[in-house]
Order: sequence, then structure tokens, then C-alpha cells
Amino acid sequence: MKRARELPLDEVLVQRLRDGDEQMFALVLDSWSKGMMQLAMSFVSTKASAEEVVQDTWLAVFRGICGFEGRSSLKTWVYRILVNIAKARGVKESQTLPFASIVSEDEGPTVDPSRFRPPGEQHAGHWAVGQEPRHWHIPEDSALRGEVREVIERALEELPPRLRTVITLRDVAGYGSEEVCSMLEISPGNQRVLLHRARAALRRKLEDYFSTTYDTVGERKRA
Amino acid sequence: MNCVDFVELVTGFLESTLSEGDERRFIEHVAECPGCETYLEQFRQTIATTGELTPDDISPAARQQLLAAFRGWHRP
Repeated sequence: MKRARELPLDEVLVQRLRDGDEQMFALVLDSWSKGMMQLAMSFVSTKASAEEVVQDTWLAVFRGICGFEGRSSLKTWVYRILVNIAKARGVKESQTLPFASIVSEDEGPTVDPSRFRPPGEQHAGHWAVGQEPRHWHIPEDSALRGEVREVIERALEELPPRLRTVITLRDVAGYGSEEVCSMLEISPGNQRVLLHRARAALRRKLEDYFSTTYDTVGERKRA
Repeated sequence: MNCVDFVELVTGFLESTLSEGDERRFIEHVAECPGCETYLEQFRQTIATTGELTPDDISPAARQQLLAAFRGWHRP
């Protein structure tokens, strides 16, 4: 595979874009698009709307590039514009799209309380008999692993927006906790709560998938 | 620490943000409780699998539209 050409320093890059250097723009576009799509997907629920966010971002960049002062890197500036556009769009979507929530956004336990022994019983608050998590046999076969990833993708779509945003930024796109807090303007504690709730919901979806698809020794059940 | 508390502290544990006391109790609990040991393992597996999702690129059509828009922007 051909290695991507490296982008020049910001100073050069910005000047070339202002001058309308199309090849340079194509290079930037190809270097940053995947990252921008991933970031956009944190805020909106479909690929089509993420793509529109990326497109709107570039249009805003064309309009603003002459005024770009270089106080941050060009990429940071572009990403900031993207986050603003994506956030606005995400808010609009969450007001219009009904979503089947698999977990409440910030209240209540993340594991069904009925799986634990009730207060008053011996060993209250411990896993009830038969309710302990069972070991998963994660398939090595790549087609089956693809199936597992699809379960995760669907589960992400069903998460309440703020949970989806935080887990997509942290666990899919790999941003650090500090970056995510400043991007979303939330406290570290709040971020951790949202991340935990989102991860717990995804774990639960995988648990459902594994228990309906595989038997206890890891053999695939017949359909 | 019981299992009800344990399952809510997993992300805090993985992010190293638990107080010293909570972290000690968390470790003591997981050492003695196979159910929670599996829960912690599944949490890690969930995070790892989520990290395997590959980003989509923009479609060739969207790419072409942007290239055309860039061209149009600079045409006097």
C-alpha cells in the first residue's frame, strides 16, 4: 500500500489552501476524513448525517480560512468547527428522532437489581444463584468477530445521545479523558459516569448476544 | 464491598480514579468473587471490541462534491 504523503507545515498548508491549490486540498481531505467522520459519529446517529457534518465543516473552513490566525494548529481549528457543527446537529436529531433507549442517561443502577440477592437475605447484594455473569467465548473466526462488532454498532445507535457521544470519543476514537472533558465541557466525574453507563449497556448487549448465540461450552447454537 | 457496589466502580477502577480505600476493597472483592471477576473481564472485552470498530470514510461522491466546492470557491 502506498504511504500517505505527509502534509507540509501549517504555514505552507494554509497558504496553499488560500491560494486554491486543489491537490493540496485533496491531500488534506484524504488524510483527515476518517478522523473527522469518527468524531462526527460521536454526535450524530447515522453515517449519512456524519458525512453532512464533515461536508458542512469543510464549507465553513473554506469561508473562514482567510481569517485563520494560527493560534492553534489548522487541524485543531478544523476539528473545533466540526465539533460545533456536529453538536448542533446532534441536539436537533435527539429532539426529533425517537430512540429506543436501552439504559437511562444518568440515573439508576447499571446492572438489573434483580440479578443480586435482595436486602435481608444472606449475602445480600451479591450475585443471585444463576445470575452471575458467564464466561464468554469470543470467536476467533473473523466473520463471527464481525458479527460481534455489528452487535456493538447497533447498541451504540440505541444509546441515549450523551452516552453515545462519550463512549464513541473514548473507546472508539481513542481520545483521552481530559480531551473529551474539554471538548464536551463536562467535569471528569460526569464524563466517567456517562462512560461507565455506556460501557455497562454495551456489555449487557454482548451478554444477551453471547447467551442466545452460544451454548455454555462455546459451541454456536443451531438457528 | 458487595457485588452491587462493585459493578458501579469498574470504570473508576480502570481509570485509576478510585480512592485508595475503594481501590483496596475493589481488589479484595474481585479476588474472592468469581462472578465479579468475570464481570470485570467482560468489561475489558467490551472496551476492546468497541475499540475494533473501524471508522468509515466519506463516500467517493461526497469527496467529489467537496473537491468541486473547493474549486468553485476559488474561481473568481
